Amino acid sequence: MAAPRILTAAALTAALAGGAWAAETAPAEVRFDGSAVPQRLTDAPGDPARGRAVFIDRKLGNCLACHANSDMADEPFHGEIGPPLDGVADRWSEAELRGILVNSKKAFEGTIMPAFYKDSGFNRPLRKFAGKPILTAQQVEDVVAYLLTLKEE
Amino acid sequence: MTARIIKRAAALGVIAAMGAGAALADYDDDELVIDGVKIATKVPAPPGHPLPEIVSGWRFRSDETQALEADDFENPAMVAVDYGQSLWDAVDGEAGKSCASCHGDVEESMKGVRAGYPKWNEKAGRPFTLENQINACRTENMKAEPWKWESREMLAMTALVGKQARGYPMKIRKDGPMAEWIEKGKELYYTRFGQLDMACSNCHEDNYGKMIRADHLSQGQINGFPTYRFKWQGLGSLHRRFSGCMKNIRAEPFKRGSDEFVALEAYLAVRGEGLGIETPAVRN
Repeated sequence: MAAPRILTAAALTAALAGGAWAAETAPAEVRFDGSAVPQRLTDAPGDPARGRAVFIDRKLGNCLACHANSDMADEPFHGEIGPPLDGVADRWSEAELRGILVNSKKAFEGTIMPAFYKDSGFNRPLRKFAGKPILTAQQVEDVVAYLLTLKEE
Repeated sequence: MTARIIKRAAALGVIAAMGAGAALADYDDDELVIDGVKIATKVPAPPGHPLPEIVSGWRFRSDETQALEADDFENPAMVAVDYGQSLWDAVDGEAGKSCASCHGDVEESMKGVRAGYPKWNEKAGRPFTLENQINACRTENMKAEPWKWESREMLAMTALVGKQARGYPMKIRKDGPMAEWIEKGKELYYTRFGQLDMACSNCHEDNYGKMIRADHLSQGQINGFPTYRFKWQGLGSLHRRFSGCMKNIRAEPFKRGSDEFVALEAYLAVRGEGLGIETPAVRN
């Protein structure tokens, strides 16, 4: 069982002010089962609408930079680096999708895809990003929830 | 579950097909001719080269951007080249000399020179980029102050000198003490950096020709520097470009002129050997 991260007083206040009370699994505490992560990173379930926004946002997931996605055909500039994500929920389970988001290198050795929930082991990270993951635990859950809506069946 | 595995296999098939497509990467077949001089923008890769073909970034740009570079009257960098010419002729420093005092007509003395840089400098005991050489001339021969790497003066002078090599195939000395610098540069090329944890090769070797959001990935060849970029609204050095790439992958960049960037420059010169010098090139 992953220990819930100890919240500082400031974070606690912020969390309460935001109306959210969610224990989080810290990046280093994430438990992999092979390349999958079966357990949610937060207590609060993911929100697909927020996940969709994170997918598009260039400063957050920026998933669209590499993956085409018909669900957002009105967005310009779909990337061609990774596979298109249409029907991705038919191909991968929730735990597998979470694992790929947290650290895709466990599933695909040598992939170009960044690990979105990893906060250490980087070579010369820009100071403002040092010690931080690309996405928060909640954002990862939100993207997982969104990806699970991408079904073709 | 079985259906999922089949679908997954199909999706992986798509990935494999896309990977194989790198050999047929998306760039055009236009030829670059400036002032009647044909410039090699695609050359065959020698055996053992990591790329199937060596292609200039010019081929990956739109026809409109290509046209700007192909016409010296349209090329927005030519203002800097003119400024470089005025600096070439201007006396500066305590020795009372200009570049022209020793080197005469730039169009004669600097013919093809840029194509051989970076180049080993025995006295300094390290490779010299063109910027290093220009500053050594200034401090040692002219007794003038060195120019800053990204200064207007340095960009103008490297553009002027570089232009005299336009069309010459990029080819540096690889033997002797250069070998270990080139090797060091190669190591850096394949090292992942930053929060996005990417190496140069992830984009410019594995995925050139593809779109990464609105950007069309090239091979990251260096034969057009200093280059005029629309994004910069002006000329910039190769090391500035390296720095931008590193920030894109959320990595703390090395300094301009650092051993790391000089080594990377030397390796990239070898990696792009044979491409015609395009200085000053025009890019996005």
